[in-house]
Amino acid sequence: MIVLLGVLVVVLGFATRRNPLLVVGGAGIVTGLLGGLSPQRVLAAFGTGFASSRAVTIFVITLPVIGLLERHGLQEQARRLITRFAGLTAGRFLALYLLLRQIAAAVGLNNVFGHAQTVRPLAAPMAEGAAERRLGPLPEKAREKVRSFAASADNVGLFFGEDVFLAVGSILLITGFVNTTYQTHLEPLDLALWAIPTALCALAIHGWRLLRLDRTLERAVAAGREEAVK
Amino acid sequence: MIKAEWFYWLVGLIFLVMAAQMLRDRTNPKRYGTAAFWGLLGLGFVYGTWVADKSAPAEPLGAAVLAMVCLAGFGFTGRGRGATATPEQRAASATRWGSRLFVPALTIPFVALLCAVGVKRLSVGGEPVLQKGSETILGLGIGSVVALAVGMAMLRERKLSAPMHAGRSMLESMGWAMLLPQLLATLGTIFSVSGVGEQVRRITTAVLPDHSLYLAVAVYCVGMFLFTVIMGNGFAAFPVMTAAVGWPVLVVQEHGSAPAVLAIGMLAGFCGTLVTPMAANYNIVPAALLELKDQYGPIKAQLPTAVALLGCNIVIMALFAF
Repeated sequence: MIVLLGVLVVVLGFATRRNPLLVVGGAGIVTGLLGGLSPQRVLAAFGTGFASSRAVTIFVITLPVIGLLERHGLQEQARRLITRFAGLTAGRFLALYLLLRQIAAAVGLNNVFGHAQTVRPLAAPMAEGAAERRLGPLPEKAREKVRSFAASADNVGLFFGEDVFLAVGSILLITGFVNTTYQTHLEPLDLALWAIPTALCALAIHGWRLLRLDRTLERAVAAGREEAVK
Repeated sequence: MIKAEWFYWLVGLIFLVMAAQMLRDRTNPKRYGTAAFWGLLGLGFVYGTWVADKSAPAEPLGAAVLAMVCLAGFGFTGRGRGATATPEQRAASATRWGSRLFVPALTIPFVALLCAVGVKRLSVGGEPVLQKGSETILGLGIGSVVALAVGMAMLRERKLSAPMHAGRSMLESMGWAMLLPQLLATLGTIFSVSGVGEQVRRITTAVLPDHSLYLAVAVYCVGMFLFTVIMGNGFAAFPVMTAAVGWPVLVVQEHGSAPAVLAIGMLAGFCGTLVTPMAANYNIVPAALLELKDQYGPIKAQLPTAVALLGCNIVIMALFAF
């Protein structure tokens, strides 16, 4: 029972809004020591955990080139380009992005899109450009909303696309864990097929919400103007 | 063979170069702490190679990780103002270069695609060109290096320090959130070796009434959701909840189809990832990257979708897995 205190540390730290790094570091130390690990083994666990999870931070490799291009006006050009397409609203553009992201992830191309590589330099400015073309300058709140939804399109597309592909981490984790723990034999293909119904639901639900974003923005811009008049 | 480790070293080197730039940045009031944080991160990336293949002790790296936690957690890191281009300069440059600016940016996904579908199959002398199992990471790495070369040649940028400075200001705006995903993966490992999953199993089997199929389905899915919210990662929640409910109750006792139960269970966990600040790389880092005032903006945009999808997962599992 007592090892569950580690979970409690996370929940409490979360609730009292401590710095998440301290919360997670503290919970790791507490859980490890209560679980009977020696201080040395706790340290070693932090070291091996860090070393084996370096892949999640590999996107840093894209920052120099994206930074360079942004200094030379990449975001501005993305905004300009999108305004040439008359029918493309922010919502329609992001729904299209969601679809592309999901298809790419479903065929195993997880790193083809991403927040650092495509959302910040291209997708978010393009969505903003599309919204501005239709509604004029965006109030601060509406701008934040467009950017937040751009980030959400990337996340939803990735999460509910990638499990349709066999060689993705989560499918291999499931088969690896179950096959060794319960001496059974599961094929990755069977698991991937069962990811399809949820993938379709995700596309329908989030796609619909993205399409509705245009109406929300219209209202936000109208409200922003009224406030400015007052 | 091109190995993933080379690109980890390159990322380590990028961190170290940026740390050196931070050390000299007098506009940053906390430049020593900031440089120490990113410098340690850079060293950890390189040293991690030998920890991963077990040829070096993991304890020094663990100590470095805890030092980074303290540096960032107790507020010893900050950011400089950085000399970026003015909006006018950017607009002028955008007019000058036009849509050619997209060429280097699109080089990254294009090369990643090429590596994942084409180069993956190539081999020289019986050895694959790309390290097996790391093709998409390698695609991202190779794509970025190629894109940097293309971009510098196109924009006639001679000094490598220019892209490094530009990338550094993006890194500084992300701050400590960069380290959180790796730290959470570590916490997951510690949880599993300390027996947290076994404890959760005892509690749920004691609480769950016998043969209440739909309740058990809901407990598994909502449990995956909640545990993922706490841990920030469905991978950490999966072994815990599957050992507790998914396998013993849903598969063994209720004869559910194992692939359906487990695949959908994992997706219920992904709904949790959408709504938790602990999943920093998906929710907090993008908020910083997009320069949002509200760091929970992406989470708020995702919350309704996540709740609706959790419901879908419960219904799909209840209808089709039994």
